[in-house]
Amino acid sequence: MARTLINVPKSAKPGEVVTIKTLISHPMETGFRPGADGRIKPRDILTEFVCAYDGEEVFRAEMFPATAANPYVSFTLKAERTGTLTFTWRGDNGFDQTETATLNVA
Amino acid sequence: MRETAGMTNRRDLLAAGAGLVVMVAWRPVPAAAAIRTESTADAIRRFAGDAAIGSGPIHLDLPALVENGNAVTITVTVESPMTPQDHIRRIAVFNDKNPQPNVVTIHLGPRSGRAAVTTRIRLADTQRITAIAETSDGRYWSTSAEAIVTLAACLEG
Repeated sequence: MARTLINVPKSAKPGEVVTIKTLISHPMETGFRPGADGRIKPRDILTEFVCAYDGEEVFRAEMFPATAANPYVSFTLKAERTGTLTFTWRGDNGFDQTETATLNVA
Repeated sequence: MRETAGMTNRRDLLAAGAGLVVMVAWRPVPAAAAIRTESTADAIRRFAGDAAIGSGPIHLDLPALVENGNAVTITVTVESPMTPQDHIRRIAVFNDKNPQPNVVTIHLGPRSGRAAVTTRIRLADTQRITAIAETSDGRYWSTSAEAIVTLAACLEG
């Protein structure tokens, strides 16, 4: 399991636009770099990041080797009701990790 | 070092030598030019199709002078009411000189509230970065920014 950091505001008012910040530890090996032995290291990147709000997809990012190591993504959401945010990262070599957070709306 | 060489057989040494030759041969080739997979124009066409790409209220923030190309913070914002009728559907970022033209593609919707996204990218060389937004009614807006990179994202290990 890769380490993740997810920053969701503690609470939000209905209709408020909140900023979500996410970070996951991952080398994002580009597949263009030779290693110490001179051979190109095989690509190992995250290709997709999805955020769902109560099961409905609200944000998606397609990532490429140009994304820096330990991908950081910050985006906005309109808070509607208290619900669960699901964050999923997928990538090469079957990488698939999901984290959840609660968005409190009052 | 001598002990290791003593234990290694001749074949391994030859293989290591061959690896070294490959590495040496790689060095002088300009990193970005060597392994470009697709042109930026082709990648943009793959994103936008044949639609016209105009200017619009899209902003791309990145440092003009980048000290370390391995992690460059970029922010793309598009002015949009983000209502179900009128919102930004996708934002894509492209580069000119990395091995691959795509940087990131973002999918948004009315529930995003605002069209604003920040991420960190790699830049292999001093180059122009282009951001293109697609609106819900199929228009495309684009903007560009130049970045001078002093330490390139390492392609050479």
